[in-house]
Amino acid sequence: MNAPVAIAAEARAAARENQYNFAYLDERTKRMIRRAILKAVAIPGYQVPFGSREMPLPYGWGTGGIQVTASIIGPRDVLKVIDQGADDTVNAVNIRRFFQRTTGVAVTDRTAEATLIQTRHRIPETPLAAGQIMVYQVPVPEPLQRLEPREAESRRMHALGEYGLMHVKLYEDIARFGRIATAYDYPVMVNGRYMMSPSPIPKFDNPKLHMSPALQLFGAGREKRIYAVPPWTRVESLDFEDHPFEVQKWASTCALCGSGGSFLDEVITDDRGGRMFLCSDTDYCRRRRDATA
Amino acid sequence: MNEPLLKATNVSKYFGKRTAVDEVSLELWPGEVLAVVGESGSGKTTLLDCLAGRARPDVGRVEYQTRHEGVKDIHALAEAERRLLARTDWGYVHQSPDQGLRMGVSAGANVGERLMALGARHYGNIRDEATDWLTRVEMDPARIDESPRSFSGGMRQRLQIARNLVTRPRLVFMDEPTSGLDVSVQARLLDLLRSLTRSLPLAAIVVTHDLAVARLLAHRLMVMKDGRAVESGLTDQVLDDPQHPYTQLLVSSVLHP
Repeated sequence: MNAPVAIAAEARAAARENQYNFAYLDERTKRMIRRAILKAVAIPGYQVPFGSREMPLPYGWGTGGIQVTASIIGPRDVLKVIDQGADDTVNAVNIRRFFQRTTGVAVTDRTAEATLIQTRHRIPETPLAAGQIMVYQVPVPEPLQRLEPREAESRRMHALGEYGLMHVKLYEDIARFGRIATAYDYPVMVNGRYMMSPSPIPKFDNPKLHMSPALQLFGAGREKRIYAVPPWTRVESLDFEDHPFEVQKWASTCALCGSGGSFLDEVITDDRGGRMFLCSDTDYCRRRRDATA
Repeated sequence: MNEPLLKATNVSKYFGKRTAVDEVSLELWPGEVLAVVGESGSGKTTLLDCLAGRARPDVGRVEYQTRHEGVKDIHALAEAERRLLARTDWGYVHQSPDQGLRMGVSAGANVGERLMALGARHYGNIRDEATDWLTRVEMDPARIDESPRSFSGGMRQRLQIARNLVTRPRLVFMDEPTSGLDVSVQARLLDLLRSLTRSLPLAAIVVTHDLAVARLLAHRLMVMKDGRAVESGLTDQVLDDPQHPYTQLLVSSVLHP
């Protein structure tokens, strides 16, 4: 690390609030979570139980993701936090500020500059690079939960690799809607062995999980589970031969940057049917506009 | 084939100090239907669970003639193998269809579940197979996308049978398949079961307290009392000329309208 950056890091470290341990969690908790993460990386897609801690925000707001981030973040990391693809929504702003106050690390909204990206609901459009770590906030880690309410039974199904039940759900989708209607939290097989919930990302993002150069960690705070997809791991979305996996498509392009290849949000602009489509990834959209300006 | 399909030797099952099944031995040959009769609490269902690998007997062996790997002790198999066997080569028809069906998904998905568990990944083929089996159990294929909740008790039971037979098992365990249905529906279901066991061919162990069901379906009959098999033989022989006092009591207790 060169001198000016080191000085900047020191200045930021001085800015952190010292009444808390670095990254809020105590060191023993961080070690326990790191052990769970190591196990999760060793068995791709397997849900490792961990002793989830009480965090200063409610379950469902990203307690799992925050605990994973807090356990692996170092003073030299550059953190990006997104919620629904945007860097400036309430959840993202608060989590980013939480880590600024408890660690003093540098933050960014540029995907390419970040070493650690905590996300809710999206994978950035900018391709991830080797060395980056994605941390997902997961509400329901068990993909079979809606189908098999007994957890003892669903764990046995994971152990024995009995995953026919998930296809029953997809069958049911096609029978009812004529196509696989599952649009988010679309189940995947990791490394040909474990079925995994990719967290509520749109299925548009599922192909980005496959053979990603980045390490991907998933934390579920309420359900007390951590799982992982190591770099360069096969991640296949489930489908039928005659109803193959497809991602969402839009008839229009982004109203701001003109992108036709990104995930678009529909925004209602008035009460007379006016609407526009915008990139959900705000960083991606801004950089495209800056490049053309 | 000159080996029995299923062979149980001295199977006993205890619940604490209570003996539920006491040294029962039986052999079932391919294509044969065996009825196990007896009053409530005589250990019929526990015996069936032991034979079907759903409960582990405390004493005794249950051996099964597998399709490709010869005779196997089913309680010595790894759990994965036993579960695979149970959902391919076997069927299990529960007394209450709610237990044997997935009530939250459509009839077609219920029938297709076993196929998908075995790796069928072509929606059209799974649906065709489901339609075919609904027809075979005399259900209206137009109702394939309906939930089992919208079906009557008899239809649910037929759906349960279709769901079990879709992988063409060689052995089906049935626990009181017709109790809880009214007599005319019962008669149609028995008729269906009879033609299915004959045409497939299918071996079955039917647990029932209804001697009429045993008479109609079964080739052989085993009478249980207090966990013991007190008498067994050809169905007509046992019912027409009962030897054991308990069997005599059972036969004479049947109401004739």
